[in-house]
Amino acid sequence: MRIIPPLLCGLIFGAGLLISGMVQPTKVLGFLDIFGAWDPSLAVVMAAALAVSVPGFMLAGRRSRPWLAGKYFWPGKSGIDSPLVAGAALFGIGWGLVGLCPGPALESLATLSPGIIVFVVAMAAGMMAHDAWQQSRLTAQRERLLASATDG
Amino acid sequence: MANFTPVSAAVGGVLIGLSAVLLMLSTGRIAGISGVFSGLLNLRSEDKGWRIAFIAGLILAPVIAGLIGYGMAPPKLPLNWAVIIVAGLLVGFGTRLGGGCTSGHGICGIGRLSPRSIAATAIFMVTAIVTVAITRHVLGG
Repeated sequence: MRIIPPLLCGLIFGAGLLISGMVQPTKVLGFLDIFGAWDPSLAVVMAAALAVSVPGFMLAGRRSRPWLAGKYFWPGKSGIDSPLVAGAALFGIGWGLVGLCPGPALESLATLSPGIIVFVVAMAAGMMAHDAWQQSRLTAQRERLLASATDG
Repeated sequence: MANFTPVSAAVGGVLIGLSAVLLMLSTGRIAGISGVFSGLLNLRSEDKGWRIAFIAGLILAPVIAGLIGYGMAPPKLPLNWAVIIVAGLLVGFGTRLGGGCTSGHGICGIGRLSPRSIAATAIFMVTAIVTVAITRHVLGG
């Protein structure tokens, strides 16, 4: 039973990307191409989505817990730090190169397009590379701490 | 602005916002697609059920649309495989490092009026616009 709400949410999200046309890279690139034949549709999609999500999240914030879980998993970080800036900048370059972000890329797997499959595999590899890099940094940090403790 | 489609954009946008709010109200989770997906790649994480269900719904949407006569055209991608692979790697690495993508920061984060998400969205919009300007108008395309 617990998988029904997320399944329906995925369907609604997918319908939104389909109806708005944002599942098509050409449509997204039309928005990003402000020096060409500019298509402001993506801005309307965001504005309409925010018109629902701003009051919706306020409502959720007033409730003590979600319907099907013990607590809300609100993101914990609040400051603007260098990983946020660098990560967003790199993501934007990738998004601009092809016109695909994670939602439309995963949804387009339904078309079995070879290009989409390659993109999603590369995206997964990029995510795993990030996590492995973070893990190795943590390990190195711990080893340095241990080394300095024994030296001292 | 011959390609501008404000009505379908507004209808689709409302559905995306509704999905994000319903996912939060029901399961308490953020509908950030990069976060939902990357949680599946981590073998140690145990909360995979809702992630798989959400992504299955996302992929089923065009399948169902096709059954009722609104099939999705295959996306038009660059012919160069190297560009597709580099773009995929950047999107994957960047969204993990920056903690979100268009949905997580752009819809959910700004929806919560988070300064972090407003900054991230402004930054990825700018680098994407610059990238398109360079590939289309400087290098020619």
